[in-house]
Amino acid sequence: MSLRNNRLGVLALAAAALLLAGVALAFYWAPEDADQGFSQRIFYIHVSVALTAYASFGWAAWKALRLLWRRDERYDLESYTAVHVGVMFGVLTLVTGSIWARISWGVWWSWGERQLVLFLVLFLFYSAYFMLRYSTEPGPRRARMSAVYALFGVVLIPISFLAIRLAENFIHPVVFTREGPQMSGSMFFTFCVCLAGTLALAGSLYANELLGKRLDERLRDLREALA
Amino acid sequence: MTYLADVAALAKKDLLLELRSRDTLPAMLLFVVSTLVVFHFSLPSGSSDIAAAGLLWVAIVFTALLGLTRAFVAEREQRLMDGLVLAPCDRSAIWLAKGLSIVVFLLLAEVVALPAYALFFEPVSGQMVAGILLADLGIASVGTLLAAMAAASRARELLLPLLFLPLAIPVIVGGVGASVADDPARYLGFLGLYDLIFAILSWASFEYVVTE
Amino acid sequence: MTTAEKYVTAAYLVVLAVILLYVVIYTFKLQRLEREIAELAELAQRKKAA
Repeated sequence: MSLRNNRLGVLALAAAALLLAGVALAFYWAPEDADQGFSQRIFYIHVSVALTAYASFGWAAWKALRLLWRRDERYDLESYTAVHVGVMFGVLTLVTGSIWARISWGVWWSWGERQLVLFLVLFLFYSAYFMLRYSTEPGPRRARMSAVYALFGVVLIPISFLAIRLAENFIHPVVFTREGPQMSGSMFFTFCVCLAGTLALAGSLYANELLGKRLDERLRDLREALA
Repeated sequence: MTYLADVAALAKKDLLLELRSRDTLPAMLLFVVSTLVVFHFSLPSGSSDIAAAGLLWVAIVFTALLGLTRAFVAEREQRLMDGLVLAPCDRSAIWLAKGLSIVVFLLLAEVVALPAYALFFEPVSGQMVAGILLADLGIASVGTLLAAMAAASRARELLLPLLFLPLAIPVIVGGVGASVADDPARYLGFLGLYDLIFAILSWASFEYVVTE
Repeated sequence: MTTAEKYVTAAYLVVLAVILLYVVIYTFKLQRLEREIAELAELAQRKKAA
């Protein structure tokens, strides 16, 4: 028991250290981009949270698969928590992406930004996940339906991305383009630190939230036992 | 193969029920034509024909939603579902049968919708029809699974559109692209890919959704 | 600060805000858990006495 608590603490510390280091590097150490100037520095946090969101959804789908495979309801809470963390990072992706669009092109939204549009679709999809859960009676069936839905989500990611790319041909001509930053070694290193930081943060949030939910469960059982 | 026999029997049951009660299909037909008329009034003059094609796809998706909502929600279905689930047939046969009947409903709705569209807006091209056929398969696959999920929840008709629309976006992209693009092959190929992937996924996961 | 600098900083601050919000929500949750445990402990005590 105490060992698990130590692991949680260590993860949280690692997340704090990595993220602080990453942000510091992003602001002070990373070289200035020749084309975009200072505004390029958003890249480090924006892409980090985006990849972390993908990772969370992937983790949720993995736990969902385990639930369906093993028919063990314990995985339900883990899958649900991972989706929750994923949606949080998804919202962060949308917000940071929107800010970046504002700096780059003066608009708060651009349909030409594939990553942004993809995250909008995913946000809608995973919001429906919560609606599904809230409107169904708790139990093994809800766990299984949520798991199936989480699996659909992860399949939707590449399919939607393809669709968005195909759609560009007839929806809006891609007016704004952004040169992918020609990443120098130090830029790449900064990015890696930031990514490690956000991944550790997501892991920490996930572990904490899961622990909180399991404690709720145990308290409920205790209450029933004592009543 | 008894699996296919089960599917045929279940699909026949659904279609016969509809033939006798005649509630879902007429509603879908009327809905799709009314929607097209509404679109005429909602498109500002000078809008391109491509805009109209896009709206046709919106009409199809929402008409499909109408049909799907009825797929598992009918009162008699609930008791029948319990019976079906207890039956010794493979649960995924239920999915296949329901999906097939949805495809039939969609095709019938489109038999009315496409001439109406040609009348109100512009002629229907071969590539559009090909896109519609492929899209019907995808919509029915995913829609049947999601309709089963929604039927198990308290929110039912409210929940199904929320679950369905994000998954319908790739279908719309493929369909509109197939309808208006110069080289529809890419979009038709994409629709085919969507159909394949999601049909397999829905077929495999249906039993997990439907058992208690 | 230039406009670009303001926006970039805003983006990082949003991330920080979400994290801090999480901390606040979790503090309340922990307090609630503590209260519940106290209640249950009392319940157990009463049962033991009875």
